[in-house]
Amino acid sequence: MNDKPDDKRNWWQRLKGGLARTSASIGGALTDLVSKRKLDAAMLDEIEEVLIRADLGVDVAHRIAAAVGKDRYDKAISSDEVKAVVAAEVEKVMAPVAKPLEIGTDKPFVVLVVGVNGSGKTTTIGKLASKLRAEGRAVMLAAGDTFRAAAIEQLKIWGQRVGAPVIAREAGSDSAGLAFDAVQAAKAQGTDVLLIDTAGRLQNRAELMDELTKVVRVIKKVEPSAPHAVLLVLDATVGQNALSQVEVFTRIAGVTGLVMTKLDGTARGGILVAIAAKFGLPVHFVGVGEGVDDLEPFTAKDFARAIAGIDG
Amino acid sequence: MFESLSEKLGGILDRLTRRGALSEADVDAALREVRRALLEADVALEVVHSFIDEVRKHAVGATVIKSVTPGQMVVKIVHDQLIAMLGASADPINLDAPAPVAVMMVGLQGSGKTTTTAKLARRLSQQMRRKVLMASLDVRRPAAMEQLAVLGRQVEVDTLPIVEGQQPPQIARRALEAGRLGGYDVVLLDTAGRTTLDDAMMAEAAEIKAAANPHEILLVADSLTGQDAVNLARAFDQRVGLTGIVLTRVDGDGRGGAALSMRAVTGKPIKLIGTGEKMDALEDFHPQRIADRILGMGDIISLVEKAAATIDAEHAMRVAEKMRKGAFDLSDLRSQLAQMQSMGGMAGLMGMMPGMAKMKSQLASANLDERVLKRQMAIIDSMTPKERRVPDLLKASRKKRIAAGSGTKPEDINRLLKMHRQMADMMKAMGGAKRGPMAGLAQMMGFGGGAPSPEDMAKLAQQMPGGIPGSPPGTLPPGFPGASGLPPTMPGMPAKFPGMPGLGGRPPGLGSLPGFGKKK
Ligand SMILES: Nc1nc2c(ncn2[C@@H]2O[C@H](COP(=O)(O)OP(=O)(O)O)[C@@H](O)[C@H]2O)c(=O)[nH]1
Ligand SMILES: Nc1nc2c(ncn2[C@@H]2O[C@H](COP(=O)(O)OP(=O)(O)O)[C@@H](O)[C@H]2O)c(=O)[nH]1
Ligand SMILES: [Mg+2]
Ligand SMILES: [Mg+2]
Repeated sequence: MNDKPDDKRNWWQRLKGGLARTSASIGGALTDLVSKRKLDAAMLDEIEEVLIRADLGVDVAHRIAAAVGKDRYDKAISSDEVKAVVAAEVEKVMAPVAKPLEIGTDKPFVVLVVGVNGSGKTTTIGKLASKLRAEGRAVMLAAGDTFRAAAIEQLKIWGQRVGAPVIAREAGSDSAGLAFDAVQAAKAQGTDVLLIDTAGRLQNRAELMDELTKVVRVIKKVEPSAPHAVLLVLDATVGQNALSQVEVFTRIAGVTGLVMTKLDGTARGGILVAIAAKFGLPVHFVGVGEGVDDLEPFTAKDFARAIAGIDG
Repeated sequence: MFESLSEKLGGILDRLTRRGALSEADVDAALREVRRALLEADVALEVVHSFIDEVRKHAVGATVIKSVTPGQMVVKIVHDQLIAMLGASADPINLDAPAPVAVMMVGLQGSGKTTTTAKLARRLSQQMRRKVLMASLDVRRPAAMEQLAVLGRQVEVDTLPIVEGQQPPQIARRALEAGRLGGYDVVLLDTAGRTTLDDAMMAEAAEIKAAANPHEILLVADSLTGQDAVNLARAFDQRVGLTGIVLTRVDGDGRGGAALSMRAVTGKPIKLIGTGEKMDALEDFHPQRIADRILGMGDIISLVEKAAATIDAEHAMRVAEKMRKGAFDLSDLRSQLAQMQSMGGMAGLMGMMPGMAKMKSQLASANLDERVLKRQMAIIDSMTPKERRVPDLLKASRKKRIAAGSGTKPEDINRLLKMHRQMADMMKAMGGAKRGPMAGLAQMMGFGGGAPSPEDMAKLAQQMPGGIPGSPPGTLPPGFPGASGLPPTMPGMPAKFPGMPGLGGRPPGLGSLPGFGKKK
């Protein structure tokens, strides 16, 4: 795997090594601003543009730039100060949504994991299962992606890695039926947490979203209070389409929280800011690699500093 | 999610008085909105900047065509420039090298490399009759090799046997060796996903390249990618040297700005698009379609083009006025028919309307041809001016004369008259409506004020007395000229859509349908 075991730095610290090399780096761009100069319209435009380059979107970037300009307009300011203010403004938006995933007292606590294709659902389940196992919980996995080739095998390998049984049927079988089996098995075996994987689906594919509705309905048939959490997994590289992903998956499957994966790449995942501003959904975790330990709690401060490109 | 760009531009520009040419101020105002539209479509900022500069050069001073608004004109220039930047024509996979030709796929994690590898293998073996071998060089993702093997069985293409413990460059060499020994034409190398910051993995990709000497190196990238598209395309191009790009998940509702970003920073063509999870969901890339989508407004562009070529705005206004007054006579119908003929008929127009594509393909497959239009025009041509103005004059004897004159039968004339009546009624009703997806169409046809939404159309159709004679409810009349083979119901259309004239043959606009995803 790509990460060294001795690498104990924070994830955003790991990111900054790469930041310098990319034009998406708000840090890089902000450093280009003259070290101390008047905060004028041109500077606000530049701030707005670096935020756009981090995928915050035109509106949110504009709003944050405007907030940076408020009370500081026409005053001399250094690039470090600019970054700090940008980070503070981003943090303001993100702090309310930075919430850990609380595992409630329901037993089994059923977690349904949804998202578009390839976003990192299965991997996140593997990583999350490992965390929960480390906390001493009995975890069960359900191989609900019955569509993609070898998706079941992939989850089974994760199950072996983290020591969690995997409920599976053969490829091509009904995913709602599989979910039904899994919730029953988890009940019967006294499992603490059941993590249900699902096939990737684009939110504009009505027939696939209907299938997801059915999965939720069938889960409720076995356990009316379930699913207790529905996690939407978002890929950090995604652009403005993430807004529609959040909207539709929430409507169809009742998303309760978000996980953003692949923040170890050059993408900054700034769309999370727009999502937080619009939907206020909790963000629980970030994925920072393919290894089993590469799942970190989401923290608003670190995220905001990474967006602003602040070192250390 | 996004307001259509043309609407916004319309707001800005249509307030300005119409001039013969676009002024710099016109263009600046428009380009601010264009910038925003491009950013909302996820075109990378740096690409937006250079793009806008380019458009400005073309737009200032451009002559505005009489029957379109300055806003539409700017949209058209933006659109043409988008296509110019995306590459004007399809650029297929190149296998012009001694066998076995190696093709290497690279990309970020989860972008669709393995799926695309199998889709491409299927296309090469089934459609191009090549003997194809696939090999997975992904030793990282759990069950990645198994995934490719399963897909290989699905598409009936061989996969390189899995040998545990081998490193990717080694596997690449083994694949090519097997390719040579097995007499394969093409060897497809699927690789592990990698972030461009991962030096070890990027070095590995370069090693694989050195080992396999691929003829094509394709970057497989998600069309939903945001601003990062430029970083990723640039980094892969610098480290391994791309020959082309495959855009996946085009079946999603992303606006696909990443296509423009990646093409712009690498200069490498987009060769294929993935339009679903199934193995047949791989298509050639049509710049036109992505361009339309990035701008997010159906094929307004084609409308502008065709309007520029065929429509005389003043004439349309006159007809619209007549329609509103209920004075739409057969001469007007004649000129509408002629206009339709020159524009590729109803089907062509439908196809240009966002959301109407489905209906249009139904029409296109229904085998309706230009002869219908010609026959209908011939009938009207055989009438006296007075008959055209007052169709009620047309009794049996006159009909007989006209039928003889136009080489048709009296039934044909009855049908035409019925159609004219229905159209006249419908158009009167349309005259009142202000907006809707067919507004543009209505305007072009001379309806002036706008057109009803499909819902309104459905209501309208229900009000039509008895539909069309001789037709079971919900169908076009069997006797409707050329309508044989039309499916009994047309999705997205009111059941009793009155028989519109000129359901013309395969229109020229066919290649420019909006929304091009195939379902999985
Ligand atoms: N670099 C990186 N790769 C990830 C991360 N999470 C998942 N992946 C990779 O993304 C790809 C798709 O992940 P997978 O879990 O199969 O996605 P799914 O289709 O949503 O289940 C795999 O190659 C994973 O190893 C992450 O946080 N960072
Ligand atoms: N909807 C859709 N899904 C796709 C497309 N191409 C790939 N996928 C899906 O994306 C996910 C990841 O694909 P995969 O080939 O495993 O990606 P890789 O990690 O790059 O090899 C799978 O669920 C695929 O079914 C596409 O064009 N459309
Ligand atoms: Mg999965
Ligand atoms: Mg793969």
